[in-house]
Amino acid sequence: MCLAIPGRVEQITTDGDVRMGRVNFGGVVKSVCLDYVPEVGVGDYTIVHVGFALSKIDEQSALETLELFRKMGALDEELASEEEAFARAATAPQSVCPDGSCELTGKNLRSAKRARSESAQ
Amino acid sequence: MKYLTEFRNGEIAQRMAREIHQVATRPWKIMEVCGGQTHSIIRNGIDQMLPEGIEMIHGPGCPVCVTPLALIDKALAIAAQPGVIFCSFGDMLRVPGTDSDLFQVKGCGGDIRVVYSPLDAVELAVKNPDKQVVFFGVGFETTAPANAMSVHLAKRRGLKNFSLLVSHVLVPPAIEAIMSSPENKVQAFLAAGHVCSVMGFWEYPPLADKFQIPIVVTGFEPLDLLDGIRRAVIQLEKGEHRVENAYERIVTYAGNLQAQELLAEVFEVTDRAWRGIGVILNSGWRLNDHYRAFDAEERFQITGIHTEESPLCKSGDVLRGAIKPAECPAFGKECSPRHPLGATMVSSEGACAAYFNYGRFMSAEDLAGAGTARSL
Repeated sequence: MCLAIPGRVEQITTDGDVRMGRVNFGGVVKSVCLDYVPEVGVGDYTIVHVGFALSKIDEQSALETLELFRKMGALDEELASEEEAFARAATAPQSVCPDGSCELTGKNLRSAKRARSESAQ
Repeated sequence: MKYLTEFRNGEIAQRMAREIHQVATRPWKIMEVCGGQTHSIIRNGIDQMLPEGIEMIHGPGCPVCVTPLALIDKALAIAAQPGVIFCSFGDMLRVPGTDSDLFQVKGCGGDIRVVYSPLDAVELAVKNPDKQVVFFGVGFETTAPANAMSVHLAKRRGLKNFSLLVSHVLVPPAIEAIMSSPENKVQAFLAAGHVCSVMGFWEYPPLADKFQIPIVVTGFEPLDLLDGIRRAVIQLEKGEHRVENAYERIVTYAGNLQAQELLAEVFEVTDRAWRGIGVILNSGWRLNDHYRAFDAEERFQITGIHTEESPLCKSGDVLRGAIKPAECPAFGKECSPRHPLGATMVSSEGACAAYFNYGRFMSAEDLAGAGTARSL
């Protein structure tokens, strides 16, 4: 939920007095507020959280981080449309930990413990 | 080319892990605060690359997990009111309150919308002047600039039908609370990179000094995490306690000043209850007097809601030390980290969650088969 996703600024517009931009996240384009990053221009990469650009980032870092977040499933969650979000909720169990880190933590610790106890034997 | 990069990074990662093995002479416990970092550590097997004695402790950095049940219930009560459009991020839809969740409220006729940005909620308020539009603003410092801008714009545009149900929590007071706990075992922190992209890391040197702990601003890539851990271990071995920035390509000491300026204009520091942890002084933000009119709690004055942790839950007994988590009849059955009945199972640092995750309640045989025999 607190991950900022890197994207490339494709176009800069204004909405009244707010500096907005079209930002491409590996194929998904979203409207993003650029007010907090006056140094960012068209063609630059920036990290974006819930529709707000927070910091400029170089292209290589951006592409690597994008790939990592794609593998983690974080892109689907952050960039989902309203329809996709409701469709997912329809089949998801209730959970106070929507990002699933509790579950991951438990499984991993067990597999790590198992691996260590096996290697010790 | 891509594979070459991965291969090279793999080599660097192995080298960094080897350096940690060489440097570490004693066991150390290092907390990564952020849930996103926890994800990356687990997915990339970072913890399994570390020496046996270097333990990563997963911090309270999941804003949904620490949101009090009473506030979820309040959100559900507001969302169920006629004439209200209740906006949220998608990950809140299935977070259970006492009796329901947002998805179920929608099924009962509530007008629930999932938005990408809080500005989408402001837009809905403009387009629906006859409705009250409420945005559920949960999150750490990373999310706060977006919520601050939404309420700032609503005020500037004279919107009378937009409000924010806000529950912002802050990382530095959480570090302070963890370090001040008598049971604390954490010896160093990886500070959350994206929180610091907003706030910088000027808040951390006093904490490093006060508690004599290394704090390393760390990113999310495997190499970032290994580098953060490496730097923390080097400091621990030398007995140092400095704040270091291992995420320089994104984070500066001062942070994003434009964002901090608006945060200061809109919010004020307040005490916040963290589910599973309790009230931490000065650990959150709420709307200040200039923006109080946009506070959904003020606007809707919800009273008489019924908040109740499950009757099956014995977390009170666990907290008093009267029973061990595994002695609770619901433990591992009705109650698990994905379906927690009480606060001690909600936070991964809670006693029940820790017991569950670390498998202390299971026999060695059970533990060996846990990965397949049990789904959390």
